[in-house]
Amino acid sequence: MPNQTAETPRLAIKGIRKVYPSVVANDGIDLTVMPGEIHAVLGENGAGKSTLMKVIYGVIRPDEGEIIWEGQAVTVPNPAQARALGIGMVFQHFSLFETLTVVQNVALALPGDFDLPALAKRIEEVSERYGLPVDPRRLVHALSVGERQRVEIIRCLLQNPRLLILDEPTSVLTPQAVRKLFETLRKLASEGVSILYISHKLDEIQELCHRATVLRGGRVTGTCNPAQETPKTMARMMIGEDLPACSHGEPGAEGELRLELRGLDHPTDDPFGTQLRNICLQVRSGEIVGIAGVSGNGQQELLRAISGEEVVRDHQTVRMCGQDVGHLNPARRRALGMCFVPEERLGRGAVPRLTLTENALLTAHRKGMLSGGLIRFKVAQRFAEDCIARFDVKCGGAASEAKSLSGGNLQKFIVGREIMQDPKLLVLAQPTWGVDVGAASFIRHSLLELRNSGTAILVISEELEELFEICDRMVVIAKGTLSPSTATSETDVEEIGMWMSGMWPGAAEQDGAPHVA
Amino acid sequence: MWLKFEPRAEPSRLMTYLSPLLAVGLMFLSGLLLFYVLGKDPIEGFRVFFLYPMKDAYSIAELFLKATPLMLCAVGLSVGFKANVWNIGAEGQLLIGALAGGWVALRFEHSTSPFLLPAMILAGAVGGMLWAAIPAFLRTRFNANEILTSLMLVYVAELVVSWLVHGPWKDPDGFNFPQTKVFSAAATLPLMLAGTRVNIALLFALGALVAGWLFMNRSFLGYQMKVAGQAENAGRYAGFSARRSVWFGMLAGGAMAGIAGISEVAGPVGQITEKISPGYGFAAMIVAFVGRLSPIGILFSSLLMAILYVGGEQAQQYLSLPSSISKVFQGMLLFFLLGSDVFINFRPRFVRRRK
Repeated sequence: MPNQTAETPRLAIKGIRKVYPSVVANDGIDLTVMPGEIHAVLGENGAGKSTLMKVIYGVIRPDEGEIIWEGQAVTVPNPAQARALGIGMVFQHFSLFETLTVVQNVALALPGDFDLPALAKRIEEVSERYGLPVDPRRLVHALSVGERQRVEIIRCLLQNPRLLILDEPTSVLTPQAVRKLFETLRKLASEGVSILYISHKLDEIQELCHRATVLRGGRVTGTCNPAQETPKTMARMMIGEDLPACSHGEPGAEGELRLELRGLDHPTDDPFGTQLRNICLQVRSGEIVGIAGVSGNGQQELLRAISGEEVVRDHQTVRMCGQDVGHLNPARRRALGMCFVPEERLGRGAVPRLTLTENALLTAHRKGMLSGGLIRFKVAQRFAEDCIARFDVKCGGAASEAKSLSGGNLQKFIVGREIMQDPKLLVLAQPTWGVDVGAASFIRHSLLELRNSGTAILVISEELEELFEICDRMVVIAKGTLSPSTATSETDVEEIGMWMSGMWPGAAEQDGAPHVA
Repeated sequence: MWLKFEPRAEPSRLMTYLSPLLAVGLMFLSGLLLFYVLGKDPIEGFRVFFLYPMKDAYSIAELFLKATPLMLCAVGLSVGFKANVWNIGAEGQLLIGALAGGWVALRFEHSTSPFLLPAMILAGAVGGMLWAAIPAFLRTRFNANEILTSLMLVYVAELVVSWLVHGPWKDPDGFNFPQTKVFSAAATLPLMLAGTRVNIALLFALGALVAGWLFMNRSFLGYQMKVAGQAENAGRYAGFSARRSVWFGMLAGGAMAGIAGISEVAGPVGQITEKISPGYGFAAMIVAFVGRLSPIGILFSSLLMAILYVGGEQAQQYLSLPSSISKVFQGMLLFFLLGSDVFINFRPRFVRRRK
């Protein structure tokens, strides 16, 4: 534990307030970080964590409040100034040029002239010292997500920061890679570097952090020592209520085949996309199958191939409800009984400037909302109102615009809209991403109910806990290939984590590094 | 003090409708200034330009006559614009529509059949659609930008008209003027009001407004086009065909422009000449945007644009200003509209300058 009494805090912020046109993102936030301390900033999506970090790093200017750096009041007008003070930040979404090498990327961030060979040497030293193996001469696009994160961290470390900010660093890592990252962070802290660690994952914070500041709705709701708390008590601080439990129940007898992928190969147009290779998967009526994996391993491509947003060359490789559908567009696949909840809500799952009634039409128009090419608005409105009531969507009514809803409520509406079409096959991507804990639990509950009524459900998620909670069977996607499936009851996080790095029994020898650490 | 534009949480509905009015107001003011700078009495200029076009029944009928092709083109274009299909070539489609319909009139010059006019109008619509189909095909097949291709085809169409009236279609008894024979009575649109030049094309235009409204607000295809225009990925997600939106948007614009074209040559012009349209196809884009792409708005904005056309003629006559004065006003109107539209998404605020 760091010494917290004798020293001045590395960073103290007081009364930070930041107001956006529609929301108060930060409302009088105080936070103190001591030298060598790993300090967690804990909160749900939308609690104001990222805004606060951007204020500290000089990306956005607060409307009110003070920043005190090692005892001196400072203003941080831009990130360059933050770096000059000794603050480094690793963003959730990396900012690397894919077509440049590691050392070129690092050189771009450093002041002064380029001396690439010397810099490469320094990179190797730092990477050796902190256990961050990366080859400075490789091109970034060939690196895995874990390696890219290491490049970002090394880039920060080369500037000898005294405060390192990490924004949700583990969301792209396998459980094993997370452990390695923690070792690095502990070593840094032991050398006196302060670390601000942003996360919503309670177990990680308990394992790693010395202190935690909890945010909810833009305010500080508490500070605690994570080692002395339980996940339950921290969750209560984070969401203001207890986590609802979700009962699973046993899957029914083997049902009818609703989705079948038979050796699906699909090249990608995107030079940095993932090519799908020989994907085989079966989803039957009455079961929930989960696809785990680190993001960027082909999930997007696979979803588009299943939904029909992209047609595949060999149309026999995708079958739905007994028919070849690889060549059919989403509307025709929906006519067969497929429903789909995409990852992006605004702009894909819903049209921002249209009302909920109009957004009900988007996919549910088969529910009697059309007659002779004309729209029966009354039917659509009734459907939207039902959906709002059944799924507890908080909004101003069916005439509200989709964009006026919070992310979680819009997600409930979209999930509700798809469920209410009585799908034979329901495909969901990140069904509870960014949704508050109560709503997430409700969505999971609805999915289980739907499974029990005989729907075949496929869930693609990066949240392992969620998959373990609802799935009957799990498979893992890594580098565009799919692992064999395993019953959820017969596996554990450890094994799935291994598989997420592409190492499952019988995995084909793959060219290049898998997309994980 | 410092003027700053802050993004609004959501676009202002009030400003959406206020912005065209603001633009019209600013156009008036700058117009007065322009008259003053040109050495004309601004008050007199205002009277000639904006009030003379409404001074009596005949003048008002002339406004409706000029508004007719604008309405037709604008309502057709608005269908595509809503789906982000940018047909800039209504002028060319109008010309080809006039040629196609005119060909029917000239081919059957001695016919007195009641089907002659309907056939001409149909041919006009088909002609406009064929001309619009070229950019639609290039866009859906080769992903060629329809803004460029449709615009370039305007100049092709102008040259085709010019060639025909100077060459194969020139009236042999026309003293070598570049124009065709005058259409027969059976090939001319009947007048609606004796003593004016307003013909039944105005009814087509009003019908088109109603049909346009029904299409955009009540039909599922119109809904799909709206989705395609506002959120392309949502359209793809739901399985709406993006190609169909492009085709339908282009063809709707082409058909309406074609009808506007044949209505001009079978109406006030009475024959095909080099000057069928004083830029109606281009002005219709301004009409569509000032009318907020809504048929009701287009009804009013087309009348406003008609005032600019008639006012420009009056200004030539009474103020001895050049005919391009109409275009100057059109340009100012579009310029101020685009400027005022900033207020839909941004809120002006005075802030103290930071040190």
